[in-house]
Amino acid sequence: MHPAFSVLVLTTLIGAGQGLFLALFTVDVYAALSLLPHPQDGFYTGGNALALVLLGLGLVSSFFHLGHPERGWRAIARWRTSWLSREVIVLPAFMAAVFAYGAGHYLGLTAPLFLVGGVLSVDLTLLIGALAMALCFLLFLCTGMIYACIKFLQEWATPLTPINFLLLGSASGFTLAAAYAAATGTPLAGFLGGWAIVLTLLGLATRGASLLRNARLKHRSSLQSAIGIKHPRITQKAQGAMGGSFNTREFFHGSPAQRVEQTQWAFIVLAFLVPAALLGAGLAGGGSLLLAAAFGVQYLGLMFERWHFFAQARHPQNLYYQAVS
Amino acid sequence: MTQLALVIDLNVCVGCHACVTSCKEWNTSGQAGYLSDDNPYGADPTGCFFNRVQTFEVGEYPKTQTVHFPKSCLHCEDPPCVPVCPTGASHKRAEDGIVLVDYDKCIGCKYCSWACPYGARELDEHQKVMKKCTLCVDRIYDASLPPDQRKPACVLACPTNARLFGDVHDPDSEVSQAIREEGGYQLMPEWGTNPANHYLPRRRTEMRIREEELVRADNPLKIDGKLPKPRLSEPSLDDVTSW
Repeated sequence: MHPAFSVLVLTTLIGAGQGLFLALFTVDVYAALSLLPHPQDGFYTGGNALALVLLGLGLVSSFFHLGHPERGWRAIARWRTSWLSREVIVLPAFMAAVFAYGAGHYLGLTAPLFLVGGVLSVDLTLLIGALAMALCFLLFLCTGMIYACIKFLQEWATPLTPINFLLLGSASGFTLAAAYAAATGTPLAGFLGGWAIVLTLLGLATRGASLLRNARLKHRSSLQSAIGIKHPRITQKAQGAMGGSFNTREFFHGSPAQRVEQTQWAFIVLAFLVPAALLGAGLAGGGSLLLAAAFGVQYLGLMFERWHFFAQARHPQNLYYQAVS
Repeated sequence: MTQLALVIDLNVCVGCHACVTSCKEWNTSGQAGYLSDDNPYGADPTGCFFNRVQTFEVGEYPKTQTVHFPKSCLHCEDPPCVPVCPTGASHKRAEDGIVLVDYDKCIGCKYCSWACPYGARELDEHQKVMKKCTLCVDRIYDASLPPDQRKPACVLACPTNARLFGDVHDPDSEVSQAIREEGGYQLMPEWGTNPANHYLPRRRTEMRIREEELVRADNPLKIDGKLPKPRLSEPSLDDVTSW
């Protein structure tokens, strides 16, 4: 598949935004359980604003993928069957919930309403946050299933695809949250950075699992099944067009196999190993600059990861476009 | 339930591209607007087509066969491109099974083309909407045309009759008989899309003439008749009777 820049930006930005929200809500729940000291409400408000900026930029970049962005509103129509339609509905709903959650902290709607189990003091903002968390997980599911539901794109058609979107988005968001906490002087960088390292390494495990799976993948379609001629030797002599077509531009990345291989190692290093090391160094007393660098490197690595995700997927229609003439 | 479809006979397709040009001519002139091209007379011509003829060489020289393979939307009975469309622009008509795109609703997200294993859909890169074979839906129901002209443009253009058009759900239709009797098959059956379009395979072409068909004789199979049998040189019934 051809990696469209707008989709790379969209999926990495909203992943980081979702992860950042999850980090803030995690802190909120821990604080409500009295496991962490309550940070100031400004920490939540600022963090939610940052998450909204990321989600908004992702939403804007998604319009660059459309041929007719002015008709984009029509995409809410087929939520019963289309994961893309569901994502189009859930993303703005999640953004609204994040806004409400941030507004709740800004307005100080944090007076405890009731206690659960004698330990968890629930307030209105926490309830809004719980709703936003549900929408956040739903959004990860929608984004992943857009790719995983196409069964003949066998590299994507695996439960690992939505799991990777969840873990990689959460990892980058928690890294950003750690950098944000350190930059604002909130004493939560250790807690958030620790979770960021855990999520980054979990992401490495599941993304590595999908790489191993795809390396052993046997494609079910062949040129024989594509044209229905059962002969072991078939070569294409003409594809019906001299100057290429939509089929050659949309479904081929056009890069040599070596570059795909290099990108794979680049994202393993940049999205997982270097950020984990930088987070470790930053938490060991290296300062907030290392944590910010960890997020920058991880975001760049995730762009490489998403490029590789597309480039590695081999669409069966490519069987019909093996030779120009 | 009607399911209109094409049956394409690979045994007689000669790869002349008449179906391609006829399709382009009809569909670029229709009410749905033109099919855009870039550099149509230049070095690297490219554009939006509903129908392509591809060529494959099967076997190893000198034992090879050249197979010309016309390729267009297969109008699957379970089309994977339809449920993924977020707007409902991509739809399958209940009355005749044609898979169509509503160009006024399409947002050009290209997701349906990802969900088609055959690469049958092509984005019009100037109008920014997804396009595909319509089975000439604006032609086959046109009552102002003579009945024998109410067929897709590609079918009418084919000089070797390699393209048949009809209802594959009607067991007595020309296409159903061809599928049944000539070994019609579907493309990529492994994905369960159940394409309505079928292809007829390459078949050994030979004349079957029995000896008795070359010599005019009564009771040629000699199953029964007057004994002792008359010699071939003797006058036969055809020689002595007339109407």
